[in-house]
Amino acid sequence: MFQSIKLRVLIAAVVVIASAYFLLPSVVPELPASVKNLFLKNRIHLGLDLQGGMHLVLEVDTAKALEGTVERLANSLKDGLMEKRVRFRGVERRADNTIAIELPNREARADLEKVLAEQFPDLEIQSADLVDGREKVVLRLREKRVADMKKTIVDQSLETIRNRVDQFGVTEPEIIPQGDDRILIQLPGVKDPKRAIDLIGKTALLEFKLVDEEHSLEEALRGNVPAGSILMKGAREGGERTGTRRDTWYLLKERTLLTGQSLENAQVKISDRFGEPYVAIKFNSQGARDFDRITGENVNRRLAIILDGAVYSAPVIKERISGGDAQITGAFTTEEARDLAIVLRAGSLPAPVKILEQRTVGPSLGQDSIDKGIRSVIIGMILVGVFMVFYYRLSGFVAILALVLNIVILLGAVALFDATLTLPGIAGIVLTIGMAVDANVLIFERAREELRLGKTPRAAIEAGYARAFLTILDTNVTTLLAAVFLFQFGTGPVKGFAVTLSIGIVASMFTAIFVTRIIFDYVTWNRKIKALSI
Amino acid sequence: MELIKPDINFDFVGKMRIAVLISAAAILISIVSLIAHGGPNWGIDFAGGTVIQAKFQQDVPIDRIRGSLDAVNLGEVTIQQFGARDEHEYLIRTAESTEDLKGLSGRIEDSLAAAFGKDGFEVRRVEVVGPKVGKDLTQKGILAVVFSWIAMLIYIAWRFEFRFAVGGILALVHDTIITVGVLSLLRMEFSLVIVAALLTIIGYSINDTIVIYDRIRENMRKNVRQELAQVVNASINQTLSRTILTVLTVVLVLASILLFGGAVIFDFAFAILVGVLVGTYSSVFIASPIVLAWERVSPSKRKRK
Repeated sequence: MFQSIKLRVLIAAVVVIASAYFLLPSVVPELPASVKNLFLKNRIHLGLDLQGGMHLVLEVDTAKALEGTVERLANSLKDGLMEKRVRFRGVERRADNTIAIELPNREARADLEKVLAEQFPDLEIQSADLVDGREKVVLRLREKRVADMKKTIVDQSLETIRNRVDQFGVTEPEIIPQGDDRILIQLPGVKDPKRAIDLIGKTALLEFKLVDEEHSLEEALRGNVPAGSILMKGAREGGERTGTRRDTWYLLKERTLLTGQSLENAQVKISDRFGEPYVAIKFNSQGARDFDRITGENVNRRLAIILDGAVYSAPVIKERISGGDAQITGAFTTEEARDLAIVLRAGSLPAPVKILEQRTVGPSLGQDSIDKGIRSVIIGMILVGVFMVFYYRLSGFVAILALVLNIVILLGAVALFDATLTLPGIAGIVLTIGMAVDANVLIFERAREELRLGKTPRAAIEAGYARAFLTILDTNVTTLLAAVFLFQFGTGPVKGFAVTLSIGIVASMFTAIFVTRIIFDYVTWNRKIKALSI
Repeated sequence: MELIKPDINFDFVGKMRIAVLISAAAILISIVSLIAHGGPNWGIDFAGGTVIQAKFQQDVPIDRIRGSLDAVNLGEVTIQQFGARDEHEYLIRTAESTEDLKGLSGRIEDSLAAAFGKDGFEVRRVEVVGPKVGKDLTQKGILAVVFSWIAMLIYIAWRFEFRFAVGGILALVHDTIITVGVLSLLRMEFSLVIVAALLTIIGYSINDTIVIYDRIRENMRKNVRQELAQVVNASINQTLSRTILTVLTVVLVLASILLFGGAVIFDFAFAILVGVLVGTYSSVFIASPIVLAWERVSPSKRKRK
């Protein structure tokens, strides 16, 4: 196998040069554009722990979104039953997203089932009990339907968040679904994590409701909320965050007249009179028609603008508003107004989200980690190198050469495969140095043994490589096995470690066995040396 | 240069009983420590919670940081210096976490800003992990470790013989338990990267074992007549030089990470260091003698003459 030294040198050179080619853009960051185009690969992708940024795992509260659907179904079921003259008492949505319905007798059940089959294919009967001669039926959504809806909700959330992040302006964001109802978001280089979370996680459900002016707010606050009305808090009091802690309350008509779904656009504007930013919204054609009708019917009444269950403002409608333009004011900072415009443009999330995991690394810590990581690689390398030369003399230099090439190939492969380099990944490189040298130690020790038995340098080298090869293979396969489990288990940084460790091991097989052998063969074949410096 | 004389013939197999006693004691201490402390010192990756790494302009008494956080209702808070003294960095951790968008970390930052001024400190790292994530992760971590043991068992059984595989895997379990025990004794935090370290240790320790096994297998073929105990002992001695050299180079690079890699990666490197030392010991004193012990209990079918 590979008798020709020339051929082997050629192979080694091609591999090393190819690696250097992929690696160069990372080592020399400021390349002129014309030169840059010669390279296929960009810089090595750094993990969030090295370049700074935010890692978020969100859980979409699909149950919450289903509540709305079940509520709507319960209402239309009520209508459907009345239409078909089926007698019933009370249809209500229960907390576990089932619908409880009471029928006067068992016979009515057949009628109910008929209505269900004709108009509500999504509902099925979960249980039915005869209590005091009355039939109590519990309905639930069909499982398959629930699964479909959940999937749609998560997909929509993903799309909306993607939209928002794109408009926020983050380079190379990563937004991917995880499991059934989770979303993983990676935002490199985010400087203001709080703002980013707010922007991503806000449900941004915009609603317009009339203020209930026929009933007394004080009475409602005392607990007597009139039917068809609800109490809602104001978004902020006195226009200032630091103002008095007293909440402002509004008594609103329960019915929602219009939602953010009717929006076409939202933009930040600065008011002429006070120089305060506000968000100008424009309805789509249907929304504009609705808004025209609503304002026309309710002149001189107050219309509340609600975002995520808090009233932002409740201006008096002075006249019919045609054309579909409106504005949301509320003592915003420019940044807040800008973010609000973004979320309104991107649309609301179909369900609220919760933060399961948040990890943020500031850019200065990332740079620190890079510096310290590189330092420990270099020092580790020097320590091992000195030790190897001290112990194996000239052969030690061959091992060092193998180590250096190993790192070049390792990093070149990381760039080639677009793998992510993380801080544990750098530790993986350092560890690879320690482990890669093991292959050479095995070979050298074996060669020494053979020399002691009186073999010639050439025969000793031959035997050293031959005997050690299988051992090296076995040890490396087991380490690779461990790395595979590591990769399976790990999240970002740990995965990076598994990647560099695996590539490093494979590269070490090449450098520590194939490359070093060329040198030893050259020396022992062509130079006819009497003693090996090992 | 030579550290180990080529003609060394240390009686490893003869020390087997003592080694087993030492190991049994170490495992016992590890388990007792784990029980006494109520399990490992779970970090927020597993237990859930909030960690904030803040760098201050100057040295700040920990009590002052604690005082500034009184307003935020955090429950039990631990604050410790992180990294070198002159870096003025502190870790603030609490078991609390919220799923709320505003989040605890924001409130902590606000309180710090109120006490030290906005420019008095810099938040360098924030980690918030909800309890749900931790539960998933614990399960995944345990599975990863156990499955890697099984994978090693199958590989060695395939490449060598079953009794070798048993020795190798028992040594791995031994290494994992003692490493976790040492971390527990030192009250070091058990985080995500520690599991990564354990898997690395498993990969490394089996390396060492295989090198010795390989030699045993070779010598068994060469000297069919020799007692297995003698073969094992000779094999350990013949590979001793390599064993020590490799552990030395790995310790050298780990020392480099420990000294120069910074505080973020320190625990990871430390755990690997412990595991590498334990793993080297177990390869020599545990894995190979188990092959012998297995032979005594159930002799291999290929009868040795």
